Amino acid sequence: MQVLDLIVRDSVAVSATATRLVLAASDASVLPAVLPGQFVEVRIDETPGVLLRRPISIHDCDAANGTLVLLVQRVGKGTAWLCNRRAGDVVNVVLPLGNGFSLPSMASGFRPLLVGGGVGVAPLLLLGKELTRRGAEPTFLLGARTEKDLLCLERFEQAARTLVSTENGGAGEKGLVTQHSVLEKERFDHIYTCGPLPMMKAVARLAREKDITCEASLENRMACGLGACLCCVEDTVDGNVCVCKEGPVFSIDRLKW
Amino acid sequence: MKPIRIGNLELRNPVLTASGTFGYGTEYADFVDFNRLGGIIVKGTTLHAREGNPYPRMAETPSGMLNAVGLQNKGVAHFADVIYPSICDLPTNVIVNVSGSTIDDYVAVAERIDTLEKIPAIELNISCPNVKQGGMAFGVTPDGAASVVRAVRAAYHKTLIVKLSPNVTDIVQIARAVEEAGADSVSLINTLLGMAIDAEKRRPILSTVTGGLSGPAVKPVALRMVWQVAHAVHIPVIGLGGIMSGTDAIEFLLAGAKAVQVGTANFVDPAVTMHIVDEMEDYLRRHGMNEWDEVTMKD
Repeated sequence: MQVLDLIVRDSVAVSATATRLVLAASDASVLPAVLPGQFVEVRIDETPGVLLRRPISIHDCDAANGTLVLLVQRVGKGTAWLCNRRAGDVVNVVLPLGNGFSLPSMASGFRPLLVGGGVGVAPLLLLGKELTRRGAEPTFLLGARTEKDLLCLERFEQAARTLVSTENGGAGEKGLVTQHSVLEKERFDHIYTCGPLPMMKAVARLAREKDITCEASLENRMACGLGACLCCVEDTVDGNVCVCKEGPVFSIDRLKW
Repeated sequence: MKPIRIGNLELRNPVLTASGTFGYGTEYADFVDFNRLGGIIVKGTTLHAREGNPYPRMAETPSGMLNAVGLQNKGVAHFADVIYPSICDLPTNVIVNVSGSTIDDYVAVAERIDTLEKIPAIELNISCPNVKQGGMAFGVTPDGAASVVRAVRAAYHKTLIVKLSPNVTDIVQIARAVEEAGADSVSLINTLLGMAIDAEKRRPILSTVTGGLSGPAVKPVALRMVWQVAHAVHIPVIGLGGIMSGTDAIEFLLAGAKAVQVGTANFVDPAVTMHIVDEMEDYLRRHGMNEWDEVTMKD
């Protein structure tokens, strides 16, 4: 883990409230290797009263070019500052943090479903790319309220087969991700999920019904990001554990959902 | 430079890390050089394992944060058997923060820690605001504070630091009582009792409703209390509360502290203690000072 100053190379609004930020290291070799599902803690500068870093999952990474991509939803003062960064600005991050999603070593024929909702789709892109690279056949199932809330859809489509649910029916199937017809039509080997808590709980329920292994990425409110302050704990079958260090990804078997 | 003496403890510089903000030190191994720290004060340790309070335990507030962790730890036996062997050879002072809910608990934990050769001191936490029997009941009256310190003093043979609560009418009275009961040093301040509310949800943010406030927001209160206590007792005072920079730490020394603890700042920058030591050393150079005890107010 290290503290790094990264330079904003590109900043693009991808919805009314979300921004895609490309961050570059001064030299590609200084950017540490990151795993899908890991996150960074971004220091928020120039924002009176805001003290703590903001944990943001890694959306994409290009090790050869030394770039890291974040997908940031504007929800408060800290994320607003981050969304307002422009090319050339400096962003200070601690990385890489957390455990990341499990990855099969021999993935040939492995058919996982990657279920994301809202800005929770962010870490699934890097995961899908890595699974494809390992020979798996991942399917993205992405949910949003309306077609306008689907973030970076074309990038998911480029990376793997992509299915969509919107609550208003503006794109893909109408309804929630857990109501998508693919879940009845096809059998998946494993489910990865990240998104709003009610969505992930519904996905976990479905996985249990269908007897499919499943892991979920949590976003409990954090301070240190290192497993020191014990603020972000999740009540698991093993007691209170730090989401920042032992997670953010947990097998649903460990969760009391 | 001469080391700083706190009881029998020798610190190579005045910078310690505050309990509960630095884990057991190993969490920060990628970011700090332990050779450049006066010491680390590890997580509050109780006689029996504690699960702590339910989530949510933390709320960010203007220039600060509230926490209500509730002394989550695996108990002193686990500390002694599992954690101690992995941290006892860190090249800095490893101090254990001792918490309890009865005098017997405090004594039992202190006795167990006393047997650990490479732990030169304990910090007695009579000021945790986040558990019903977290010691704050002891820490808010001079008699209560003195009774627990006297009992632990009789059972513990190394340096005894007592951490004071700011949630009292007169912290000077408590400090004097603790000194009288045999403490080698006092550290202050623990967190200030506070509350945060989610207006949209119309609910408290913390599961425990109230929690302990830390961070830059508390620094002026901490400085005032350190100033008052340092001028009222003869034992060394360790100052903490909102230290984010070397200048902040120097202010505590000017207020009368012999050493400082850095807490919440570790969450903002995991390498902050290294920067603080650099900045403090630079301050001494700029002011033509050669020893830490020269950092005093102008007459």
